[in-house]
Amino acid sequence: MEMQTKPKAKTDTDQMTGAEIVITALKEQGVEVMFGYPGGAVLPIYDALFTEPSIRHVLVRHEQGAGHAAEGYARSTGNAGVALVTSGPGATNMVTPITDAMMDSIPMVVLTGQVPTHLIGTDAFQECDTVGITRCCAKHNYLVTDVDELARTIHEAFLIATTGRPGPVVIDIPKDIQFATGTYVGKDGIHKATYKPQTDPDPQAIKRAVELMKHAKRPVFYTGGGVINSGPEASESLRKLQKLTGFPVTSTLMGLGAFPASHEDWLGMLGMHGSYEANNAMHDCDLMICVGARFDDRVTGRIDAFSPGSKKIHIDIDPSSINKVIRADVPVIADSGNALDAMIKAWGKAKPKDISDWKAQISGWRARNCFAYAESENEIKPQYAIERLYELTKDRETYISTEVGQHQMWAAQHYHFEEPNRWMTSGGLGTMGYGLPAAVGIQAAHKDALVIDIAGEASVQMVLQEVSTAVQHKLPIKVFILNNEWMGMVRQWQELLHGERYSHSYSESLPDFVKLAEAYGALGLVCDDPKELDGKIQEMIDYDGPVIFDCRVTKAENCLPMIPSGAAHNDMILSEITGDEIDEAGRKLV
Amino acid sequence: MSDNPASAYDMSHVEEDEERRTLAVIVDNEPGVLGRVVGLFSARGYNIESLTVAEVDRDRHRSRITIVTAGTAHTLEQIEAQLLRLVPVASVTDITRSKRGIERELALIKVAGEGEKRVEALRIAEIFRARVIDTTNKSFIFELTGASDKIDQFCALMDPLGLVEVSRTGVLSIKRGAEKG
Repeated sequence: MEMQTKPKAKTDTDQMTGAEIVITALKEQGVEVMFGYPGGAVLPIYDALFTEPSIRHVLVRHEQGAGHAAEGYARSTGNAGVALVTSGPGATNMVTPITDAMMDSIPMVVLTGQVPTHLIGTDAFQECDTVGITRCCAKHNYLVTDVDELARTIHEAFLIATTGRPGPVVIDIPKDIQFATGTYVGKDGIHKATYKPQTDPDPQAIKRAVELMKHAKRPVFYTGGGVINSGPEASESLRKLQKLTGFPVTSTLMGLGAFPASHEDWLGMLGMHGSYEANNAMHDCDLMICVGARFDDRVTGRIDAFSPGSKKIHIDIDPSSINKVIRADVPVIADSGNALDAMIKAWGKAKPKDISDWKAQISGWRARNCFAYAESENEIKPQYAIERLYELTKDRETYISTEVGQHQMWAAQHYHFEEPNRWMTSGGLGTMGYGLPAAVGIQAAHKDALVIDIAGEASVQMVLQEVSTAVQHKLPIKVFILNNEWMGMVRQWQELLHGERYSHSYSESLPDFVKLAEAYGALGLVCDDPKELDGKIQEMIDYDGPVIFDCRVTKAENCLPMIPSGAAHNDMILSEITGDEIDEAGRKLV
Repeated sequence: MSDNPASAYDMSHVEEDEERRTLAVIVDNEPGVLGRVVGLFSARGYNIESLTVAEVDRDRHRSRITIVTAGTAHTLEQIEAQLLRLVPVASVTDITRSKRGIERELALIKVAGEGEKRVEALRIAEIFRARVIDTTNKSFIFELTGASDKIDQFCALMDPLGLVEVSRTGVLSIKRGAEKG
C-alpha cells in the first residue's frame, strides 16, 4: 500500500484524509442512512465511519441489495439514496441497481472503492474498470485521482443525482486517495458549467397548452414518475389542476400515488396491464396531457395506432424524452411541478368546458369492471390476496414495494394509493429481486411505518439474503409472497405465445418459506385458505419484526386485462386468453 | 388484430430519408468524455461516419468533437438531445443545418512507384495542391487538405500509381461568418 503521508495540518480543520472527506461531505449533504458492504478497497472509509454517530450504516448481504435498498430509501423519501461498496465484485454487483435507478430516474450516489492509483490498469486483485462499466448505465460517474478534488466531486455528484431528471451517480475512489490528506470544501457554490437542467417552463408553451385544455372535449391527464420525482408539492399541484379542470387522470406504473386512487376521476393505471377505461380513454381522447411520463412501450402499445385523434402536450424535464417515441404537439421542457403550477396560474378562473359526454363514455368503459376475476372459496386468488392486504393495511402508514412479474401488476391493479412515495417498484428495467432490498431501504427511512414487499416466489429468491439484513437491523419488513410455484408472467407469455409449452418456468424444489424465515430469525407464515387469510395477514401486521408470508395462490391465474404486444390500446384481452391474440409480428416483440 | 403490428421496437414501417450531418460537440475535457460520446452512439444504434477530437480551449478545458453522422430527421433530433443529456457536454451545433458550414480534412498519403508512375503521381499532386513531405527513391508521402471528397478523389487517382497507405484526420468543421458557434 502506497500511503501519501503529507503531514496533516492539525490547526487547519479543512485538512483531512480522503476517507474523512467522504464522511464529512456525506454529513454536509444530510445523509442519515447509507447501505453498504465493506471490502479491501473501502476499508479507510469504513474506518472513518466506525466512530461516526450521525450516519447509520445498514450492512447488507450482497451489494445488489445495497443498491436496491438505496433506491427504496430514495423513492420513499425524495432524498438521494447512498450506497458504499468495494472495488471489483462490489462494483459489478452494483451494476443492476445503478441501471435500475437510471431507468426509473431514482436519485442515488454510489461510492465504490478502487485499487490504489498506481495499480490501476495492472489487473490488480479486485480491480475492475468501474467508470468504464458504469458509464452507460449511470447519469454520470467519476474516478477521483486527486484527494483535493474529492469533496467537490461528492457535492457535484449529489447535485447531479438529485436535480434535473434524477439518476444514479457513481464515484470511484482509489484506496490511496482515501488515505491521502487533502482539503475539504463545502457544498456551497458547487456547480457544473455544462450541467444546466431546464426546470422552468416556457410561458408561451404553457399558454398554448392551457388554450388546448380550455377547448378539449375529451381530455385526459397521463401522469408518470416525473410527478413523484418533482416532490409532494407536484402531486398537490396535479390535484389542484385536476380540480380546476375536472379532467380524468390515468398514470403509469411509476406515477401511482400522485393522484388519489379514491378520486372519482381516477381511471387507474394505463398500459399493458392497465385498466380498460384508462386505455380506452387514452385511445379516444382529443387531448392528452402527459406530465412526467415518457411514452414507454409498455404504455403505448402499438405506436402507429396510439391515440390517433389527440393533440399531445408533453411535459418532461428531459428534452430527449420529447419526440423520442411519440410526437408532441406542445412540448414543455420543465420540472413537472413547475409546469403544473404555471398551468394552474394560466388557467386562472376559467370555467371548464362541459365534458359530461366524455365522462359518460368513460363510465361505460368502467362498467366493464375490467379487474374482475372469478372468485373461489377453496383457493386464494392472487387478486383477492392483494385486495385483502389493501383492506387490512390501507388505514396505516403503509409503503409497498414489489418484485417483478404478475404479482407486481396485480399489486398495481388491486392495491390503491392515495399519496406519492408510497409505491416502490422496478418499472423500466423490470428487476426481479428489487422489492425485498427496497423494502429494507424504505423501512430504514420510515422506522414506524408498515413496509410490505409484495413478492412472487421466483423473484424473491433472487435477492433473498437481505432478510438477514432486516433481522440484524431490526427492520420489521413484511415479505408477502404470492406463491403460485410458477414464474407467473413467463408462464402467461408461454401460454399466450408459445402454445402452452412451459419451458423452464416451473420452480420445483421451492424452499419451505416458513422454515426459511425461521432460519433467518424472522417469522414465517403460510396460508392457503381464503377463509384464514385475513387472520394471517393481521398476524403478519401485528408481528414486531420481519415476516415472510407464504401465500399459496391459484397456480395458473393470468394477469388481465392485457394489451398483447403489437396491439393498440383499444385491443385489450379482458377475461380469457385463447392463444391467438398475438400474430407473428407481435410474437417477435417483448 | 392488424396485419401490421408495430411498437416501439418495430418502427421499420417508418421510411424516411437519411441525411448526413456534421455536428460540433463542445465538451468539458475530462477523462472518459470521448468514451461517453462514442458509447452513446453505439448504445443507441446511431452511426458515426467520422469523428475527430482535440482540446480547443485550454483555460476552460474545453474540447471540440466533430462527428459526421447520418440518420432520419427524427434520429438526428434524438442524437442532439441525447448528446446534451451527457453531463460534460456544453453544446451541440448542427453545422450542416446551419448551411454555413465549412468542412476540411487532412490526409497523409504514401505512394510508392518508379518511372512514369512516379512522375504521374507528382503531376497529380500538383493539380491537387498536395505537398510532398517525405520522399525516397521509390516513394512519396503527400499531405493534402480539403473536403473529404477531394481526398477520396486523390486517393482514387493514386491507387493505380502505387498507393500504399492513407492516414486521415476525419472531418473538421466550422461555421462561416464572424459569430461563434
